[in-house]
Amino acid sequence: MDKGFIVRNILIIGATSAIAEATARRFAATGARFYLVGRNSDRLTAIARDLEIRSGQSVHSESLDLDQLDQHPALLTRVNRIFGAIDVALIAHGTLPDQAACQQSVATTLAALHTNALSVISLATLLANDFEQRRRGALIAISSVAGERGRQSNYVYGAAKGMVSLFLQGLRNRLFSKGVQVITIKPGFVDTPMTAAFEKKGLLWAQPDQIAQGIVAAVERSRDEIYLPWFWRWIMLIIRQIPESVFKRLKL
Amino acid sequence: MSGRIPHSWGRYPSSQPRQLISCRDIQTLPLPGEPLSCLPFGNGRSYGDVGLNNGGALLLTRGLDRFITFDPATGVLRAEAGVLLSEILALIVPQGWFLSVTPGTRFVTLGGAIANDVHGKNHHFAGSFGCHVRAFELLRSDGERLHCTPEQHGDWFQATIGGLGLTGLITWVEIQLQRIANLWIVMENRRFGSLDEFLALDAEYESRYPYIVSWIDCAATGRALGRGIYMAGRHAPPGIFKAAPPARRTLTVPLMPPISLVNQLSVAAFNRLYYHLPRPVRGLTPYPPFFYPLDHLQEWNRLYGRRGFFQYQCVIPPDRARAALLEMLARIAASGQGSMLAVLKRFGNQVSGGLLSFPRPGVTLALDFPNQGQQTLDLLDRLDEVTRQASGAVYPAKDARMNGASFRQYFPRWAEFSRFIDPRFSSSLWRRVIGEG
Repeated sequence: MDKGFIVRNILIIGATSAIAEATARRFAATGARFYLVGRNSDRLTAIARDLEIRSGQSVHSESLDLDQLDQHPALLTRVNRIFGAIDVALIAHGTLPDQAACQQSVATTLAALHTNALSVISLATLLANDFEQRRRGALIAISSVAGERGRQSNYVYGAAKGMVSLFLQGLRNRLFSKGVQVITIKPGFVDTPMTAAFEKKGLLWAQPDQIAQGIVAAVERSRDEIYLPWFWRWIMLIIRQIPESVFKRLKL
Repeated sequence: MSGRIPHSWGRYPSSQPRQLISCRDIQTLPLPGEPLSCLPFGNGRSYGDVGLNNGGALLLTRGLDRFITFDPATGVLRAEAGVLLSEILALIVPQGWFLSVTPGTRFVTLGGAIANDVHGKNHHFAGSFGCHVRAFELLRSDGERLHCTPEQHGDWFQATIGGLGLTGLITWVEIQLQRIANLWIVMENRRFGSLDEFLALDAEYESRYPYIVSWIDCAATGRALGRGIYMAGRHAPPGIFKAAPPARRTLTVPLMPPISLVNQLSVAAFNRLYYHLPRPVRGLTPYPPFFYPLDHLQEWNRLYGRRGFFQYQCVIPPDRARAALLEMLARIAASGQGSMLAVLKRFGNQVSGGLLSFPRPGVTLALDFPNQGQQTLDLLDRLDEVTRQASGAVYPAKDARMNGASFRQYFPRWAEFSRFIDPRFSSSLWRRVIGEG
């Protein structure tokens, strides 16, 4: 890790996710201060204590149901009261919806879109405006390679992530001239509790810390959109080229 | 685990767990469905089948890797049981603290260090790892949580220290660290020509150095029998104003490194290189190469190929040590199966009290042998004969083949211990040496 890279105030939304926790540890090594937001308060407390010891700084945390979009503005106010100004915000929360269940239920589908897309967009909007006003800050959100093309096996999740990716593209375009960094992280398969139901075999599966390393490097190097691990860039390049008339016949 | 089936460090025996369960937090104990038994699996650094549960479930504990408290004023650290010693060192060394006892690799979990009551080069000075454990929590399969200290639930404390992971899931551990002034080790190297010279050196150095270990040339015969290199060290005092050594870069992160370079080295070349390295008589060295000479050769167990290898570590009581060790060296030399890396060290009188703890007063010899099938097993049985006759013991953390009769002789408190085994817990080793109970 580049020693010259100093981050002071880091907000992590979805801090109990495996990727977020691994990323926080890497930031902690640089002496970061954290504000953690997550759902499970026991786990959040354990992670906060851990990061306090690793970073040598006090860590703030609060448990919050991020589906309640009307809570988002007050959250941001509380964070800014503690931090003064946020340097880096990582939006990492999400669920992996059961595609089959979504197909049978509009409510389940909309709930998945609400959690994985709308709540992210709500937070990104508020953070973007805050950063724009201060003319500083890095906004990182974890999207997915699943958002690049709709597949029958998980297009609800894919649609949510596709929406996030597109939204961030627009934000990036809007905020570039304001000195605000917007970074889209597109991981492939990651061995986390969210994907516990999968048989994790083969080279395509990455560990959360590999993704974390890529996220920290992306901030350091002011990247825009990155695939993690790197090879997904090339896989998705190919997958995007397949004509829809062929793609629709594939069992993906 | 990326779908990899956990194996032990010796890659023998092969084992097929029915289920792998990742532990994520210490609030819950995820159990397999009946009737599968389970066993905590940390970082896979024990050599044989002590950490394996063939046909059962493994509770993967590396996800329990959070620090809980650390007081830089007193050196008391509490962390979840899946934290690696390497992670602890990264935190504490810059703050002037060090592990009170460390084994020869830092890539073991706290839980594993307790379950095997591991020892280090300073056993004669500080006892085993368990001597520095202040407290831990034991989570039983019925949901009971036992806060264990030497005073509180002392019987569970003693059963779990060296308890081979069988008494329940250790969720967190609190240890006492030792102060250091810097990351340097003052060390001294002496060659010895025989076992008698080793014992004489030991008498001279034991009180002066907390860390002592010897390499012994196991291929030597005749007059050279028992020759080796004696290495003693202590933490450097304050006032060493040497710049921090450049970090030794391993090629990848310590957790999951696929290194192929090491595979291409031949075992013999490695041994020669390692054994014949010119060493200064006195010197200053940073702590990692002193304590963890093999840690920068990640996945060095691959040197031994697909069939894996055996470790044999025994301890022989002081009065029987000389004769027994000479007999062992002779039997090894006669077999033509030279051990690649043989380590000799004296254990002191301080013990942790663990019911099944291996370290006890005497001289310990650790050997490794590539798995050449029956002839290797036969040799190890012949070594066991010597150990049994000398009233010694063999280290379960490194064993994959001792028979039940030997185990019960080496660990006479096994029956007392077995009352503390969690009814849902079992291991390949325990079934091998005791049976299904």
